[in-house]
Amino acid sequence: MLPEIGNFILILAMTIALAQGIIPLVGAARGIPGWVAFARPAAWVQFLLLVMSFGILTHAFVVNDFSVAYVANNSNSALPLMYRISAVWGGHEGSLLLWVMLMGGWSAAVGLFSKRLPPEMVARVLAVMGLVGVGFTSFVVFTSNPFDRYFPAPMDGRDLNPLLQDFGLIVHPPMLYMGYVGFSVAFAFAIAALLGGRLDAAWARWSRPWTIVAWLFLTLGIALGSWWAYYELGWGGWWFWDPVENASFLPWLVGTALMHSLAVSEKRSTFKSWTVLLAIFAFSLCLLGTFLVRSGVLTSVHAFASDPTRGVYVLMLLGIVVGVSLFIYAWRAPQVKSAGNFALLSRETFLLGNNVLLVVATATILIGTIYPLILDALELGKISVGPPYFNAVFVPLMIPLVIALGIGPLSRWKQDSFERLAKMLRFALLASLVLGVLWPWLLFGQLDFMVVVGATISIWLVCSILVDLYYRSRHKSSLWKGMTSQPLSFYGMSLAHMGVAITVIGITFSSYYSLEKDLRMAPGDELELGGYLFRFDGVRDNHGPNYTATEGVVTVSKNGEHVATLHTQKRNYTVQQMPMTEAGIDPGLFRDLYIAMGEPLGDGGWAMRIYYKPFVRWIWLGSLFMAFGGILAASDRRYRLMAKRKAGLKADAKLAVQES
Amino acid sequence: MRPKQRNRLVLAIVIVMFVAISAALALTALEENINLFYSPTMIANGEAPQGRLFRAGGMVSEGSVQRDPESLEVSFRLNDEANEILVKYTGILPDLFREGQGIVVQGKLGPDGSVMATEVLAKHDENYMPPEVEHALKTAKEAAAANAEKE
Repeated sequence: MLPEIGNFILILAMTIALAQGIIPLVGAARGIPGWVAFARPAAWVQFLLLVMSFGILTHAFVVNDFSVAYVANNSNSALPLMYRISAVWGGHEGSLLLWVMLMGGWSAAVGLFSKRLPPEMVARVLAVMGLVGVGFTSFVVFTSNPFDRYFPAPMDGRDLNPLLQDFGLIVHPPMLYMGYVGFSVAFAFAIAALLGGRLDAAWARWSRPWTIVAWLFLTLGIALGSWWAYYELGWGGWWFWDPVENASFLPWLVGTALMHSLAVSEKRSTFKSWTVLLAIFAFSLCLLGTFLVRSGVLTSVHAFASDPTRGVYVLMLLGIVVGVSLFIYAWRAPQVKSAGNFALLSRETFLLGNNVLLVVATATILIGTIYPLILDALELGKISVGPPYFNAVFVPLMIPLVIALGIGPLSRWKQDSFERLAKMLRFALLASLVLGVLWPWLLFGQLDFMVVVGATISIWLVCSILVDLYYRSRHKSSLWKGMTSQPLSFYGMSLAHMGVAITVIGITFSSYYSLEKDLRMAPGDELELGGYLFRFDGVRDNHGPNYTATEGVVTVSKNGEHVATLHTQKRNYTVQQMPMTEAGIDPGLFRDLYIAMGEPLGDGGWAMRIYYKPFVRWIWLGSLFMAFGGILAASDRRYRLMAKRKAGLKADAKLAVQES
Repeated sequence: MRPKQRNRLVLAIVIVMFVAISAALALTALEENINLFYSPTMIANGEAPQGRLFRAGGMVSEGSVQRDPESLEVSFRLNDEANEILVKYTGILPDLFREGQGIVVQGKLGPDGSVMATEVLAKHDENYMPPEVEHALKTAKEAAAANAEKE
């Protein structure tokens, strides 16, 4: 009975979302206060219903109700409770339910934290989110119902894909979805502003914290996915330029551009039409990502059983969202006047450069991702575009971006002089040129051109952030006082930029100095790699709740001293009869030691994969910095204060002048 | 021209130049890094290119996997139920590599007409069939049916 109730509640949530999408919109257009006020309670009720529906599905997993087809296909009575709960989003139907629930959560949050916004604005924002919610909830209800039953019910479930039985499944999809769905808020704000005709600095300031929060979730989601792939797939890669990874990276790039463009829209009241367009693109790319992942057109880890009707549905949804929002844009945007005027050398120009680079990077990755799909759809042959393409186009775009990133935050709005910037940054330049060569050379004893480039631009960025901090703080009575009087948003920005430098170092050093060896090892065999001695001690049997395993033990020592004992497993999951490799990793801030076992080769010998990976943790450490920077920036007090001031163009224009 | 217009013009020219360079870079990179897919039948007919990376896919033939006992060298045959090709590879095979399983390899054509694979891809689900392989099997079957009709 419970699953039917869950299904009923989901349908109820859909109808409420529909009402949330229409009534406040009409109310705002016609000026009917009662209809405008309908938006908030509708969003809260809708979220509550979605949580209940999600809870009922979770309950079915917890109590092993295999009469529910989705539970039977993705769980098993031997599956540990933790994975039974995360298995709720381990397949297509449940992950979509998670998606709509999070979407409802964002709507409810907008309703909660927008008390001081004009009611018409809130009504329009929530209405747009309601309409998008209708699209996705109906997708779940009509094509991917997680509450469908099996009759007769099977004795036991088919188990969760062993690759997903991992901590990564618990955290990666919810984070990523929070990011994906979060961009619907920025999108809704943009559409609402277009509809209401108030595309002003106040609008930019309202949508900024929401965009930052969505962006930081997406950052964490992508980083977690990369970390998961690194330790779970057993060959030590952390980014594969897999179409599904690209699907999450594209909205991230545009979202990053949006965040920076919003800054210009808020402070200088210019770039506004462009910002709106970016908000539309960012969310459209989130939808495109969903289409690519969910339609089964891709060959990927994430591709669940393909079902063409689902693909068509998401494609239609994407078409409607892009079509309607671009139509509204074309209809309303020409009325937007950009007030700002800026010189060639100014912060506006740097932020414009940021936007151009990020959007071009997005376009090139988008081409490489969908080109094979288009050719295939037109029956022009089957091709694949490999990582060399993406590296060849992406890296050259990121180098100028990081260099400009070192100057942009120091530059002044409107107009700056080359002499002023050069005077501030000359030591940073000198330090980065010297240390960029010296640091990798002292660490690894050998150099590569790209390593010097990567190290130099990272050190350049770090130095310029410190210079920025110094120049901003030195006017106060003491440097410390100056530093503590800086706003949180400044520290947020600096931390996030520092994260970029850390990630670049991680990518550069781990790409160029990793050592890798695949070999046959018999018990007692030794291998020296990166100054470490790896000794294979043989294998033993092991088992878990739903698998049996052969465990290989490798002892690592350095200069005769014990460093770590690594355990790698070849698991066989009994229900699906699926083998899986579990890597053994000794993590460290400056290097990872990584082993994974291959197949048995007879006579006690095993195929073994051994890696020495310097600085690989920095890749994810950098994204933690970025996310934490996002938290600081979004909690800056002016976002809370601003609403107290009289909202309106004049006040904001004055404010922008004061703050710049 | 007023300074404002001049600034805009300079900025626009820089951006357009920049985008054009990026587009050129992207297209060159795309041309060099596209890996075409060939079925065992196409390779057996000599359609695969010499000295260029490409992808091949099919079912791993039963009983065809042979290992070198001292190293990680391994060879196996891929078929699309019409033709069969030999694949040589050095390294660790993925977990789901099995005889009878549909897989995709990436590599170059060797001097003896076998595929020297640099990468072996098996997907992460036992029921999963790479779409390329499915397509290759279908084409081979249709060709066989057409031949049978002719005879």
